[in-house]
Amino acid sequence: MKNYAALLLLGLAPLLSLAGPEEDREAFVEYYQARFPDVPFAEFANGIYAIDEDARRQWQDIEEFPPYEFAIEQGESLWHETMPDEAKLADCFAQPVADIRPAYPRFDAGRGEVVTLALAINHCRQAHRLPALPYDSDELISITAYLAYAARGKPVATRVPADEPGALAAYEDGKRFYYSKRGQLNFACADCHVTSVGLHVRADRLSASLGHTTHFPVYRSKLGAVISLHQRFFGCVRDVRAKPFALQSKEFRNLEYFLSYMGNGLEFNGPGARK
Amino acid sequence: MHHKNLIFFVLLCQVRRLAAAAAAVAVLAIAAAQASTAGGIASGKSLAMERSKGNCLACHRIEDGKLPGTIGPPLVAMKLRYPERAALKQQICDATIRNPDSRMPPFCRHGILTEDEVEQIVDYLYTL
Ligand code: HEC
Ligand code: HEC
Repeated sequence: MKNYAALLLLGLAPLLSLAGPEEDREAFVEYYQARFPDVPFAEFANGIYAIDEDARRQWQDIEEFPPYEFAIEQGESLWHETMPDEAKLADCFAQPVADIRPAYPRFDAGRGEVVTLALAINHCRQAHRLPALPYDSDELISITAYLAYAARGKPVATRVPADEPGALAAYEDGKRFYYSKRGQLNFACADCHVTSVGLHVRADRLSASLGHTTHFPVYRSKLGAVISLHQRFFGCVRDVRAKPFALQSKEFRNLEYFLSYMGNGLEFNGPGARK
Repeated sequence: MHHKNLIFFVLLCQVRRLAAAAAAVAVLAIAAAQASTAGGIASGKSLAMERSKGNCLACHRIEDGKLPGTIGPPLVAMKLRYPERAALKQQICDATIRNPDSRMPPFCRHGILTEDEVEQIVDYLYTL
């Protein structure tokens, strides 16, 4: 018995002391791959379609006439509009258009916080004498739809720089959020999307969190609208009857940072379409 | 003597009538009790199914419930598996006592269901 306990401690100790974002990510991926050995890693970018054949067939029909196409077009024209001082949104970004989406979320050392794509677009507008767009507005969501589309096929490569303690703190905060039970129903995100992945909540089948951020914004047929990742977070938090957080709140940005890191190595494939 | 017998006879009749009346009351009382249990079972069933209440169906297969979830085990043979009413009640009131990581909401502790509502759900579960 004692030997077993010692072995166990020896075995776990390195895991516990070394566990940084990269070890977390490897364990995260391994869990889902063990759970679904027939699903290739890249498929996890497709959410529930990676593991549910029926849903996948319906999705393929939907993709014949992509319901998010209008949002991409609207976003493209907004992207090219000039602001009051003649500048364009593109002027605020150092990258070619296909590389903008993959550059976020990132930890901004100067601001001491995680900056998401939606936040960066609003910072740009404000720097050029335009008011920030509401985070649930069609305008802002369609600009992100255009940028998501331009980035299709690029790899997710979220960075948590080791020499930046604030970045690790933000990542850890998002991770804690993800694993904490909350709300009247006492659920953690992980209770549904890790422990119960592939099982049904009534008629809904639970997707893996691996790949949860790759395809946003998403057209939801239930809502007939394109929604942001934070709107989806908001919905899941509301469903467990927990205190809601604002779209683009620090809590949700840190959560996005953690989940994006978990998805490193998958391909961006937004905008997506879901039930 | 005759007189005494008559009195006795009358008394006996009174007693019989009283007994009959008492029996009638008892039958009525049993019927009432059965009615409230049947009512308890029916309301326990709807408490178990309703989304805003137990919503047990979200996670458990329950006899004729439509589109059941698969996160928890099917709720079958409850009397056999939970001979002790208190144990079944505890599992519903606070599943985290038995399993701290339980994915089942702690219905009483978090005020989702009252103890009384849980009693009705237990009545219903014992019919499964
Ligand atoms: C009670 C169960 C439950 C909990 C808890 C829960 N979710 Fe969900 N979530 C769902 C269901 C059901 C769906 C829709 C089906 C699917 O794609 O998984 C969903 C969908 C999502 C999606 C969209 C997936 C896609 O492919 O577009 C994201 C992202 C998500 N959840 C994140 C979270 C996060 C983050 C948390 C914690 C704050 C959380 N969820 C908590 C049930 C839950
Ligand atoms: C969101 C998921 C969920 C909901 C909702 C839920 N349960 Fe559960 N239930 C579980 C899980 C998971 C278990 C397995 C044991 C554990 O983790 O506590 C369980 C176990 C049980 C057990 C023990 C079963 C056994 O075989 O030992 C009973 C009884 C039970 N649940 C009754 C209910 C009732 C009654 C309701 C509604 C009032 C309900 N549950 C709602 C998830 C749920």
